[in-house]
Amino acid sequence: MANWVYSGLRLGVKSTHYPRAAEVTPGVTPGLPMGRPFRNGELGEVVDRCPTGALRRSERHVVVDHRRCVHCFRCVRGTDDPLHWQEGYEWARRASRAEAAASATLGEPLGAPFARSLHVRVVDAGDCGACLREVKQLSNPYYNLHRLGFFITPTPRQADVLLVVGPGTDQMRSALEKAYAAMPGPRRVLAVGTCALSGGVFGPSFMCSGGVGSIVPVDVEVPGNPPPPLAILHGLLVLAGRASEMSAGETRP
Amino acid sequence: MEALTRTARIPEEYSEHVDVLPEGDRSRCEIRCRDGKLSELCRWVRTRGFVFVGLIVEQEPEQWLLRYVFYPSQRSTDDGESSWVHVLVGERLSKTCFPSALEVIPGIDWHEREAEDLFGLTFEGHPKLGDFVLHDDAWQEGLAPMRKEFDAYATVRHREANPNWRPQRIVHASGAFAMPIGPIYSGVTESAHFILETVGEDVIRALPRFYYKHRAVEKIAEGRWPEDVMLLAERFNGISAFAHGLAFAQALEAIGNIEVPPRAVTLRAFLAELERLRHHVGLIHDICESTALTVAASQAAMLEEELLRLCGSLTGHRYLFGLIACGGLSRDFKDGELRSAVERAGGIVQRLAGLESNLIRTGSFLDRLEEVGIITDKEARAYGLVGPIARGSGLARDLRRVQPYLNYGQYTFDVPTENEGDGYARLRVLLAEVRAAMNIMGQALEALPEGPVRTRRVPGGPGAALGWAEAPLGAAFHWVRLDDEGRVSRYRIISPSFANWHAFYLAAEAFAFQDFPIILASFGLSVAENDR
Repeated sequence: MANWVYSGLRLGVKSTHYPRAAEVTPGVTPGLPMGRPFRNGELGEVVDRCPTGALRRSERHVVVDHRRCVHCFRCVRGTDDPLHWQEGYEWARRASRAEAAASATLGEPLGAPFARSLHVRVVDAGDCGACLREVKQLSNPYYNLHRLGFFITPTPRQADVLLVVGPGTDQMRSALEKAYAAMPGPRRVLAVGTCALSGGVFGPSFMCSGGVGSIVPVDVEVPGNPPPPLAILHGLLVLAGRASEMSAGETRP
Repeated sequence: MEALTRTARIPEEYSEHVDVLPEGDRSRCEIRCRDGKLSELCRWVRTRGFVFVGLIVEQEPEQWLLRYVFYPSQRSTDDGESSWVHVLVGERLSKTCFPSALEVIPGIDWHEREAEDLFGLTFEGHPKLGDFVLHDDAWQEGLAPMRKEFDAYATVRHREANPNWRPQRIVHASGAFAMPIGPIYSGVTESAHFILETVGEDVIRALPRFYYKHRAVEKIAEGRWPEDVMLLAERFNGISAFAHGLAFAQALEAIGNIEVPPRAVTLRAFLAELERLRHHVGLIHDICESTALTVAASQAAMLEEELLRLCGSLTGHRYLFGLIACGGLSRDFKDGELRSAVERAGGIVQRLAGLESNLIRTGSFLDRLEEVGIITDKEARAYGLVGPIARGSGLARDLRRVQPYLNYGQYTFDVPTENEGDGYARLRVLLAEVRAAMNIMGQALEALPEGPVRTRRVPGGPGAALGWAEAPLGAAFHWVRLDDEGRVSRYRIISPSFANWHAFYLAAEAFAFQDFPIILASFGLSVAENDR
């Protein structure tokens, strides 16, 4: 008979110190490209290498829209004019949408009662499996999201947060709407991954929305393809009002 | 001359009904079936030891071209026998009814259902068409989105949702009822729907309904440049991105006759095995979790996370996105980096062995896996199952061995098989494949030549080819056709999950309800890979 208690205890505490201290172990994040001014004489040719339109020219700058970046690395590999690739994972931002004006609560943190007891229902709206896998990693001892008072719940009726991954496929639309409708207020939506934010490489098309924001009102967005567990954790912390969002200054120089 | 010898192999009773086409190159022999002898011809091909890959439907300007692809299950030095066989059926576009080959090839079931939904073709003799890819409760009849005239970016008006729509039931005993599960269910799961039919405690049948996650990858690929379709190939199933990217790249390289530099070939094998290793440890984590053995699940999850970090620090991406490119790889690695990665992976595999020895001494764990979700050898063969599931049922089928690509022919490795076909057999196969993957990574590192990792040639059109790779879940096939400009005009993915989910209902028959998550986890299939 195997002694699980002993073999578990022997491993000791593995949890990251994030958010108290930064996690710097190599490989915890794929990183994101950062914008920069044009260099001497060049016209930002690197912009044309981006297959999803995440890069654009603005005056004499290359500007990155992280909501579209799919980590193809074409702006850093095989070019003489690479962008700077930045490690890091505090990527979550409040959604900026036209409806924000109409809905006073949109993007607002949930407030003190939820700060240490936030229940999350995860919905797969056409995800490729990678985002979902990263959400799953949140429960492993390295990230241990329970220590922060976040819990994955099996039903939307007990959930405060709807965590949506995937581009929002047509055949998941009604299930997603029903899950959102079944949630008690106050409720928030966390869109995780480039596909959920902008449709990624899949949408918009006749089968896919250009982001789940067209199906449910998104409050906080986490870019990345897939975002690493720490970025998703940062998204939850932003929702709970326990961390500040990524500043706009970080996407442009 | 070669075509002649091939004709000679076709028995006389068919020779009148077929044309052997000269256009098939040395890798494939194309036989055009002329007058309704499809079933007989397919039966004959199968009796010669050929394995069914899939049905590829193409809409050409003048005709429908249905391509039934087979590959030989044995490697043979005899040239004619070792090439792949494509049986072709061509019909003018106005004719949309074809004979079903279901009686001869059970594995063609879902291929025909998919073609019915997406191309609007019917297959005479198929017992159940409709409500497959496009769900009947949302889409209008006769939409056929894969037809060329259908615009992938136009908005489609949906049919009014029918509130009385109910899934079809099979069990009609007294007291029987159906338990619907999904598409959103339990904790962190992919979206799929299962109808569990039960008369009380025991579940009689569990029929899955998929395609909630259908992203129409094959449709939106049309008209794009190959390098943009590569993004789709990698990202439609992120947890085996490298393997699918590899199969797609190999199809492009076959069209363009592009030779990949030897260093890239070896590195590709290295990375494909690294992905298999990480993928399988993830599945082992899921199996531990499904049996509610929390400590083991945590330990396996830690190993998975460490492998993800290893991939992240070695390649820049935790799921190996952005590495594979037509003509090689997008970046090179230093030998020292690879060496230390192998050492770290070796340490992780060693700890997995420790976990394994604890697992096999835990009676409560084994009780829940043994004799659960059984697929017999005969079923696996008939349904053309692939990957670890087939190998858990005694079917030693592995493309790395029977149709070697990259430089797998050089490596010595086992194709582990077990005979019981239950959850425990599949777990043992996964564990053995982890060891085999580690072993191949070591051999690849030893054999790694110097040189460039990419040729800058791009495939020019027109042309078509099939690329294949043994993905972590089994055989993956990517059929690519490029038009005159070099854009993709037809892309078809035949994925291992598509082949294996088809047989899931066989494993989920007469079981206790609490075993359902365990059957699912021990299958370990991807819904995204099936739904595309």
